[in-house]
Amino acid sequence: MDFTFTREQREFQQQARSFLEHRFPPQVVASLADSQEGWDVDSWEAIANLGWLGVSVPESEGGAGLTFLEEAILLEEFGRCLYPGPFMSSIGLARPAIPADRLGGLAAGRSRWSVAMAAGSELVPDLAAVDAVVVERERELWVVPASAGLERSIDSTRPMGRLSEVEGAERLASGEEAAELSAQLRIRKDAALAVEAVGVAQQVLEWGIEHARTREQFGRPIGSYQAVSHPLVDSFVELELARSLSYWAAWCISAGHGQSEAAARAAYASAVEATVGTCERVIQVHGGMGFTWASPFHRYYKRALWIEYFGGSPAMHRRDLARTLMTDAGAQSPDRGRQATTAKGGSRPWA
Amino acid sequence: MELRDTAEESAFRGALRAWIVATLPPELTGLGTRHESLELLREWSRALAAAGYAGLTWPKEYGGGGGKHSEEAIVLEELARADAPQHVGAIGLGMAGPTIMVHGTDEQKSQHLPRILDAREIWCQGFSEPGAGSDLASLRTRSELRGDTFLVNGQKVWSSYAHIADWCILVTLSDPDAPRYQGLTYLLVDMHSKGVEVRPLRQITGDADFNEIFFTDVEVPASNVLGAVGNGWQVAMTTLLHERATLGFALTGFLDGHVQRLLRLAAAEPQQSESWLEEIAAEWAQLQALKLTAYRSLGQLDLTGMPGPEGSVIKLAWSESNQRVTKLARQLLGPEAVLDDGFWQYQQLRSRANTIEAGTSEILRNIIAERVLNLPRSR
Ligand SMILES: Cc1cc2nc3c(=O)[nH]c(=O)nc-3n(C[C@H](O)[C@H](O)[C@H](O)COP(=O)(O)OP(=O)(O)OC[C@H]3O[C@@H](n4cnc5c(N)ncnc54)[C@H](O)[C@@H]3O)c2cc1C
Repeated sequence: MDFTFTREQREFQQQARSFLEHRFPPQVVASLADSQEGWDVDSWEAIANLGWLGVSVPESEGGAGLTFLEEAILLEEFGRCLYPGPFMSSIGLARPAIPADRLGGLAAGRSRWSVAMAAGSELVPDLAAVDAVVVERERELWVVPASAGLERSIDSTRPMGRLSEVEGAERLASGEEAAELSAQLRIRKDAALAVEAVGVAQQVLEWGIEHARTREQFGRPIGSYQAVSHPLVDSFVELELARSLSYWAAWCISAGHGQSEAAARAAYASAVEATVGTCERVIQVHGGMGFTWASPFHRYYKRALWIEYFGGSPAMHRRDLARTLMTDAGAQSPDRGRQATTAKGGSRPWA
Repeated sequence: MELRDTAEESAFRGALRAWIVATLPPELTGLGTRHESLELLREWSRALAAAGYAGLTWPKEYGGGGGKHSEEAIVLEELARADAPQHVGAIGLGMAGPTIMVHGTDEQKSQHLPRILDAREIWCQGFSEPGAGSDLASLRTRSELRGDTFLVNGQKVWSSYAHIADWCILVTLSDPDAPRYQGLTYLLVDMHSKGVEVRPLRQITGDADFNEIFFTDVEVPASNVLGAVGNGWQVAMTTLLHERATLGFALTGFLDGHVQRLLRLAAAEPQQSESWLEEIAAEWAQLQALKLTAYRSLGQLDLTGMPGPEGSVIKLAWSESNQRVTKLARQLLGPEAVLDDGFWQYQQLRSRANTIEAGTSEILRNIIAERVLNLPRSR
């Protein structure tokens, strides 16, 4: 029982943070997001050279042979700087569906991937920046070449496209195999968006705390007012709890644990709510400045909302989760119902 | 990162499960530490201690398990799973014991620690007073040194277990002229001393589990000072840090029992539950989050031996969870909930105290704001 990152994992996280902070500070992200291309295309090669596209690719294919847990560390850091580019699409979303013979190309930075997984929707994140898209159609999974078809996304650091019919689709999987793979993609999507959300919220909360410490009104720092500090505390608490769930989900997936699905759903719902809430509170803490285009907060807020809308409502995730939990509890319970609860229990954890 | 039990942990868990099945008296299932069954609970706690399942985080020399936090977590998980009560000496194990370990003399340690573990000594906490609650440092209960004896006069309030306690950790004012925080002295007081009067107070639940304590010329030997005279504030802070931190797993173990019951209830009432699915899942998720966060904070404890202020995070979120879970269970019962079901009604009412006891939620938010987020002080 050990719920901490190893020293190597912590160093990996540090390395990612310093690279991204240096290369993608908020001003750079802002000008990229408002630019024609939408992202720094050259960064893909740099990221490939750092080995970050091949984290879970087998060593025989030029990867590091690690797991989703290490990818999750990166996804959190990429979220923290709002990296504009198809890293979430390729590594967070599409990765399990990428055929084995194309993993070498992925690791080397020669191909970029995305998915159209939102049920009944052909909306694809980063469509214009990727080469291939994984699509679910009539219980089969297909790979189709990416086509243009840009839509205006709420989050300009994550442009969306609408997939149109194109030539050259290949079937990836059908039947049982497709069902399994698409379940895997769904679980991974929940977990990947959860860790990304944690990265987003962490950065925004740090800015909120810093502002509450330094901005003075009525002769004292605004952070000394409980009406300012307590909501920040609530965000901190929600974020720490969501972080625990998100790392748990990432670990479950990397270990092939049976609780992956429940963990990913729980992590997603908590992380999305914590992150949207944190962004809203931190905008409030900044007053008028929080409402400006020049400040970075709106971009983080829009990413948080993007995650919530693309990933699906926390409520829906929770309903699905509850049905599984109740089925398990019903099956396990020898003492069903009210009769079991007749003893007057007065237990208290302390005093 | 490895969340599955190691081979050692899994052997420990297996043996513990078998032991609980063989040892737990049926009268104690679903019961908590209610004083009606005090003798039974003391026996159960003695059995836990004898089998090596009490004080796993305590050093071996004091009869503990040598600092095995993960085993402590397993014990609390398994007790919750079996719906078995935790050790009866919550204040002794969680507060008095750890404080004595940090500040006590060898005599104090050998006198009290083994007896706390096997429940021969039940402890209560005499901190709060009518005029000093959140603002503990303004307390007025006086202690005056006369020769080698302190004379104690004053009143404490909200003191849980005082009516059954053998000993009290008592914070007193020994020097009224000293600057704030510097005139306090922390005493270990025998509750059977002459001049100690305990008056139970009836609570929301109808029970009387906390009390007023009146001290009239109570004589306390100077050898019962914990720490140094005038150093009581620092000693009290050790107690409060432990109260909120080492109890993390006890809290989540307790909530685990409630959530498991809630899920069984929901499974037995699928139709009623349909409208509450989101809430049910949210509470299950919150419980997992609290447990995992407690595991994460073990790193800190293992590193420094002292709990960090992160304990406040768990206590704050836990208290609100327990309030929601117990209310949710009643909502699931539908109109039947107006009747006393013998469990959830009590638990729901009892949970109102969770955001007041051991530091109110407002005070915990202040602590997190100032010590964790480094925001400026609000006072
Ligand atoms: C069931 C139960 C068991 C207890 N057991 C014990 C025990 O065994 N031993 C013991 O010593 N004590 C015990 N207590 C007492 C508990 O520690 C106090 O009730 C608590 O510290 C609050 O003090 P108070 O009741 O005087 O409320 P007050 O301190 O008067 O607080 C009243 C309200 O004002 C708020 N408030 C106060 N100061 C601030 C501030 N600076 N900023 C924002 N809000 C503020 C509080 O949060 C609260 O909502 C117990 C309490 C309960 C309910």
